Amino acid sequence: MSTGATLALQASGLCKHFGALHVTQDVSLSLQVGARTALIGPNGAGKTTLVNLLTGVIRPDRGQLFLFGEEVTATSAAARTRKGLVRTFQISSLFAQLTVFENIYIAVAQAAGRGFSIWRPAGRQRDLLERTEQLVEQLKLQSDRHQKVSEIAYGRQRLVEIALALALMPRVLLLDEPAAGIPSNELDLLHGAIDTLPREIAVLMIEHDMEMVRRFASDVSVLVGGAMLMSGTPGAVMSHPEVQSVYLGTAGKKRFDGALAHA
Amino acid sequence: MITLPRDSILSRHQWRVGELLWLAAALASYFVFPQYLALGTTVLIMVVLVMSFDLLLGFAGVLSLGHAVFFGLGAYMAGWLSLAGWTEPVSAVIVAGIAAAALAAVIGPFLLRLTGLPLMMVTLALGVLVFEAAHKATTLTGGDDGLAGIQFAAILGVFEWGLGGATAYLYVLAWLCGIFVLVKRVVASPFGVMLQGVRENPARMRLIGNPVLPHLTLAYVISGAVAGVAGALFTQANAFVGLGVVAVDTSIDVLVMLVLGGIGGLHGALIGAPVYMLLKHFSSQWNPFYWMLIIGVLLMAVVLMGRGGLLGTLASWTRRPRKGQA
Amino acid sequence: MSTVAFILLYGLSYGLVLCLIALGLVITMGLMHVINLGHGAFAAIGGYLAISLMQAQGLPYAVAVPAAVLAVAAFGVLAERLLYVRLYKRSHLDQVLVTIGFNFVVIAIITILFGPNIVRMELPMYLRGNVDLGIREFELYRVVASGICIAIIGGLWWVFERTSTGARLRAAVDNRGMAQAMGMNVPLLFSATFALGCGLAALGGILAAPMLPMEPMWPMKYLVLMLIIVALAGHGQVTASVAVAIIVGVVETAGRYLFPQFGAFFIYLLLIGLMVWRPHGLLVRRQTA
Repeated sequence: MSTGATLALQASGLCKHFGALHVTQDVSLSLQVGARTALIGPNGAGKTTLVNLLTGVIRPDRGQLFLFGEEVTATSAAARTRKGLVRTFQISSLFAQLTVFENIYIAVAQAAGRGFSIWRPAGRQRDLLERTEQLVEQLKLQSDRHQKVSEIAYGRQRLVEIALALALMPRVLLLDEPAAGIPSNELDLLHGAIDTLPREIAVLMIEHDMEMVRRFASDVSVLVGGAMLMSGTPGAVMSHPEVQSVYLGTAGKKRFDGALAHA
Repeated sequence: MITLPRDSILSRHQWRVGELLWLAAALASYFVFPQYLALGTTVLIMVVLVMSFDLLLGFAGVLSLGHAVFFGLGAYMAGWLSLAGWTEPVSAVIVAGIAAAALAAVIGPFLLRLTGLPLMMVTLALGVLVFEAAHKATTLTGGDDGLAGIQFAAILGVFEWGLGGATAYLYVLAWLCGIFVLVKRVVASPFGVMLQGVRENPARMRLIGNPVLPHLTLAYVISGAVAGVAGALFTQANAFVGLGVVAVDTSIDVLVMLVLGGIGGLHGALIGAPVYMLLKHFSSQWNPFYWMLIIGVLLMAVVLMGRGGLLGTLASWTRRPRKGQA
Repeated sequence: MSTVAFILLYGLSYGLVLCLIALGLVITMGLMHVINLGHGAFAAIGGYLAISLMQAQGLPYAVAVPAAVLAVAAFGVLAERLLYVRLYKRSHLDQVLVTIGFNFVVIAIITILFGPNIVRMELPMYLRGNVDLGIREFELYRVVASGICIAIIGGLWWVFERTSTGARLRAAVDNRGMAQAMGMNVPLLFSATFALGCGLAALGGILAAPMLPMEPMWPMKYLVLMLIIVALAGHGQVTASVAVAIIVGVVETAGRYLFPQFGAFFIYLLLIGLMVWRPHGLLVRRQTA
């Protein structure tokens, strides 16, 4: 634990209830600059609610949130994004009728603050076009670049999600189950994309897929029933008996250890 | 050099052959159909109005059933200016456009928080409200009789208005060209592109950092301004303005015209307005309600076929299949 | 006092009739989630058909009315199977456009058949004249019409809230897929419900005819009011619809009577205010997460 360095993201004591249902109970979480943290937990543990709280889609009943030392507990979702807190969606939420290139362009233009430029044609803005192309290449989407996103393979739609997120120049990136729904033969692309994420971005990944967790995370946090069960290195967390009984089961543990071959 | 496909939303700044042909045809009509110039002028004015509505519905995704409010404000404004002694036509149109834009700027931030059915209801109700108010305020609007005695000075000091509508036609056509260039620029700009993102997925726009409401408001303001310009042109061309300009019927007509032509892309206005207006004109000589039958059937057919209006249907017949698809 | 009573009674009878028509819309929109701007057309067809049966065919009122209602309900089933079924999965905009088109077609056909002018309904002798309600005299017809409305609305409420058919219907509203998985024949349910909605519209139109005379533009003219009621009542809420319709009826009447200069304004101002305050309907059940 480094002292004195500003944490990229710090949540303390977040609580949220819907009626009598306490979805998030006193959750605290920190991400250092350049973190690679996985958030795991059984279905219904409140992981997506936590992401919604972190990104500002819903407000916590109690607790605070700091982004690089600045309090953002009451800041709107759009403003948090502009400050560098970016997320991807578990179920692709893209601009369905627009092409891959157009989708990424929108994010690039937004990040460049050109939202109110009403005179010069978008198709002539060299810098925006080049940055968009650069992201297309980074995520190896060249062959699909002028296809409507609703018409490309699901695995590649998830890559567009990541491209959108990267276009916004995130300092903290929340990946909500990036592998969800991707057929196993398309996973390599995703692995490659995540491996090549810039080092200085702090990444929090919600995942069920233990292969992803093993590959990617240097820290793991476990969320159960809306509360943080424990955090630590992957090895420590995975071999903890409580985690195993609540979440992993023996097959999960084996998979984590790489004992089971890929299907 | 990055090449973009012709139908990309990033290529809208490019002029299409069809657009140029349309403008040429509109100019040619001046010579070929001198007896229909009054009708032609009305058609051109409707094209401008429908174009403003396309910006709102086709690009911003805002379904307003009260668009006639801006048309009417522009129309009455031109009338008031004339009766108050301001007879320079071009500047009067600009002032009318600004007035409509101002109204849009004021009500936009409140109205545009709504979507779907509530938005439709409120805009419809506002439209009815404005109509009733206009009806009652006879000193301002002339009520059922409208405002007469409107006169404008020669355009640019040179072209007299004259009878028969010849000057009016070219005047309106000139305005239409200017407006078309302007709206095309807006739609092709990064603002226009982002607007379409807002239409497609506003929640996602928020999560990429766009607060959405300011974008919608600016679109509403530009749309209102153009509608106001159309209204002013209407008053100038007819030397008269009556309650019809703020009627709910007008708001519905605009919607139908756009749908017939094809929503989004600005071309719907070029097709839908002439088709609708000409159908109405020629079949009303037959039986006024036959055209309602034809339009009703056409509307249902166009929407159920789901190809994007008459233009979209035409395009799908002539489009070459994409590589790799049947 | 007499004026207040008059406004209340007048507004009540007006509101009840509107309610009957609007209920049909609340039910269909609530169940099928289709924005149906053509609902007024069914009401108008009912009115015209009843008038036609009485005047052209010479049928007595008590026979013409049920006959017209049944005919319109049957026509509703036809419309549902041929047209509306294509709209269930479409966007709100598409639904608005197609149903407006439907409206146009109906209006055009009505004009071709009945001409562009108002057509008055001749009430039978036993429904004319006034009745003394104690506070003041009031049109007999309005009292009878109100009574019929109350009976039917009450019956509907009872069916929806208290019977298993109603429960099934409400289940299908909440979750169509689940209802289908549980063995409910959803297409049949939809057709039957649409028929009910159209029947209610027709009856409402017939009852309204002496108060709101039949003319070709009738569907569009009263569409706004019906939509107000539906929008404010929220989807599928019977109790809320009744309350809203009566409020609308009374406010409209009070406005026109007390402030003839500005009468029409109140109802629209009320609507705008309410929609901005509660966009999802006045009495919507709070959603649980």
